[in-house]
Amino acid sequence: MPDKPDRNAIEVVNVRKIFGSGEGQVAALDTVSVSIRENEFFTLLGPSGCGKTTLLRLIAGFDFPTAGEILLYGQDIAPLPPFKRPVNTVFQSYALFPHMTVADNIGFGLEMLGKPKAEIKARVAEMLKLVKMEALAGRRTGQISGGQQQRVALARALAPQPKVLLLDEPLSALDFKLRKDMQIELKRLQHETGITFIFVTHDQEEALTMSDRIAVMSAGKILQVGSPWDIYDKPAERFVADFIGETNFLTAAVSNIGNGKARATLKSGATIEATVAEGFQPKDNATVVVRPEHAKLTKDKGELSGTVDNIVYFGTDTHIYVRLDSGEVFTVRQQNTRSAGCGFERGDKVGIVVGNDAAQVVRD
Amino acid sequence: MASAEEVAKEAERRDIRDRWVLSAPALIIIFLAASGPLLIVVIYSFLTPGPYGGVVWKFSTDGWLSVLLQRDIFDDTLAFADAHLSIFWRSISLSFYTTVLTLFFGFPTAYFIATRPPKTREVWVFLVTIPFWTNLLIRTFAMQQVIRNEGLVNTALMALGIIKQPLQIMNTDAAILLGMIYVYLPLMVLPIYASMEKLDFRLVEAGYDLYAGRWQVLRRIVFPLIKPGVIAGSILVFIPSLGAYVIPRVLGGGKNMMLGNLIELQFGAGRNWPLGAAISITLMVLVMIALLFYVRNASRSEGAHG
Repeated sequence: MPDKPDRNAIEVVNVRKIFGSGEGQVAALDTVSVSIRENEFFTLLGPSGCGKTTLLRLIAGFDFPTAGEILLYGQDIAPLPPFKRPVNTVFQSYALFPHMTVADNIGFGLEMLGKPKAEIKARVAEMLKLVKMEALAGRRTGQISGGQQQRVALARALAPQPKVLLLDEPLSALDFKLRKDMQIELKRLQHETGITFIFVTHDQEEALTMSDRIAVMSAGKILQVGSPWDIYDKPAERFVADFIGETNFLTAAVSNIGNGKARATLKSGATIEATVAEGFQPKDNATVVVRPEHAKLTKDKGELSGTVDNIVYFGTDTHIYVRLDSGEVFTVRQQNTRSAGCGFERGDKVGIVVGNDAAQVVRD
Repeated sequence: MASAEEVAKEAERRDIRDRWVLSAPALIIIFLAASGPLLIVVIYSFLTPGPYGGVVWKFSTDGWLSVLLQRDIFDDTLAFADAHLSIFWRSISLSFYTTVLTLFFGFPTAYFIATRPPKTREVWVFLVTIPFWTNLLIRTFAMQQVIRNEGLVNTALMALGIIKQPLQIMNTDAAILLGMIYVYLPLMVLPIYASMEKLDFRLVEAGYDLYAGRWQVLRRIVFPLIKPGVIAGSILVFIPSLGAYVIPRVLGGGKNMMLGNLIELQFGAGRNWPLGAAISITLMVLVMIALLFYVRNASRSEGAHG
């Protein structure tokens, strides 16, 4: 991902948000800082309750931070009410106004901004075209399908040309096929409008396919910020590796750290080269992760050895579960071809080859 | 062996019969308690008043004529009955003001309750319904104690030196209005609260997000969506206000009558049952007009929700 020398659209500086008071208080956000660049598709990813929606609501202005600053192009917007922030939201439930038509919904923000009627009309027409809803402009929002409501919600939030668009799990209510279409649609809209998108999701696949950068959150903290590739291939934390994709966890003694690389001595005695996050100190029982598709199964000797426990066919690939000699289960993903089987059977004694560019040392 | 078709037909017949049997008690009550008495009232309105109350079985339209007109006792000409007209007007205008003012006070109350956390809401709704535990007459007398010349308000204001003479609130239209607002306020709060509780507050957030200030959100989003509740509350307040009897009797004194008191008068001291019956039916027609207005509006706003 090329890093443009862009300005930051949003800067979140040491923001804390505490709900409740006294003994019942909960820190929904625990001193979070993050910068979101202009024109970026930025995703807040994490399990439910991790604080991602809270952070979005603070940026939108529906809640106010307990401490810290939220800067929009350098200006602190944390104390402003939502109707004074040039930021719009696409709600998870869409929150379309049921007593208005599709066109009236889209024009509402502009109307509230006091734009002239002719301008509103032109902009609404433009938005309807952008989301391909021209034919349904006069319908009530209760008379259109979920996918169409989604488009209207997008058009409504984009119509006032916000500096930043916030999207709160907008695709979670759609079925699989529609969700895939809308993912592409969203990317297109972001590209065409050039607006900074901040997207909240718990779906790691959605985050990986759509984002320029992802912030992985857990328990009110941001654990790692990076490109999808960084997050997937170079997770800094055990949680990040576990939450995104499938992973094998191995225990290893890590030494010779330098230049982002380290030597990891596995329990089997084999030594592999692994990438390592900055600032990691040598450790005897560190966690090393290996993605199932980055390991190879062999009938000869590998860095690890074990017995094939189970074989599961997935269409595009096959997952082979190997019980290691040390007792853990290690998954290897093998690309399928049309003619041949996977070449292994249950009970086979196998070796696992972990290449030099397959392992990553993570913090626990 | 009966064919499937016959069995189905028999089941259908039984189903229809069961429905009639089950709804019979309700139908009987509706006929005996609602339609029957109403029919009697209609018949009485076309009869001649008896000398000591009651009716004489002789057809006459005098009862109906007297609703709005009066026959001059000297030259037998017809003129508008000013006394009746002013009572009609008082009833309608006081009911209208009661509706508007209960809406004015009830709307913020309902909004307040609906925006509390769910558990606290129940407590507030409970508090709103407490006045219903007490008899209407007692509540009205309580109001009398508050506003009469030697009552709470006047005593307090005089003790504070704000006024020298007690304010004459009792036996005025204002006293009736105050009493009706006090008594009917919960009937406005509860339906508005009911529709406001169903209101998706994310729509309010969406409004704020789209640059609508507090007033705009109220006017453009909250109010249109809770309109059915507002209309229901208005009807629930307006209809009993129109037929109010105890409140004008206790707080309005003898002079400031409303329709309910006028009807009572005709059946009592006035000894003109046909006129009383005719006014009763007139009142009912007014109520029906109000209800038609409600049904039309309600169906329109339902359509608006798709």
